[in-house]
Amino acid sequence: GTAMDPPSGAGLGGADPQLQRFIEVETQKQRFQQLVHQMTELCWEKCMDKPGPKLDSRAETCFVNCVERFIDTSQFILNRLEQTQKSKSAFSESLSD
Amino acid sequence: SEGMESGFGSDFGSGGGGGGKLDPGLIMEQVKVQIAVANAQELLQRMTDKCFRKCIGKPGGSLDNSEQVRAGGRTGDPRPPRSGRPLRLCVPQKCIAMCMDRYMDSWNTVSRAYNSRLQRERANM
Repeated sequence: GTAMDPPSGAGLGGADPQLQRFIEVETQKQRFQQLVHQMTELCWEKCMDKPGPKLDSRAETCFVNCVERFIDTSQFILNRLEQTQKSKSAFSESLSD
Repeated sequence: SEGMESGFGSDFGSGGGGGGKLDPGLIMEQVKVQIAVANAQELLQRMTDKCFRKCIGKPGGSLDNSEQVRAGGRTGDPRPPRSGRPLRLCVPQKCIAMCMDRYMDSWNTVSRAYNSRLQRERANM
């Protein structure tokens, strides 16, 4: 799914609802952490030229924009994939777009 | 440190299961600690990668003797620095230290921005 999907911890944790809830929460937190790691790495390449004594406002704005655009991209990809799979009979047809 | 704040079982109630052999509260605390450690390792690994790239040009026989990356942040990049200040630092260690701090700043900025976006998306649902 995209970076926005809610977690599914269904089936894990067995009968214990506490454990199940815990797994759901931790899975969601970890998914968040992983995205932050990934986006920081990507956006660093785009936004950080030479590290200075502080993060200047231009770089900070760049990081914020970068996060927003990354999520936009992720959502766009998923939506379009969904659309092309609905409207066309075979997935492979859509790859020639 | 997040996993250490609550006492064992205090969040979730003690003695959950029937036999009581495995305390779920204890397991959950241990898992939280392991997750925190894994995240710290991930952060360190990526930070090391980025700061090595930013600060070390041609590797020398020691860190002190390693050629610093030139202006522009890439080895051999001929572009002049944006500000008037010289970008070369005395030793790579200072570059690395500064890079670490900026990486943490960046990480925090990304975390906040992502969190804001999530809140906004939830509000719009």
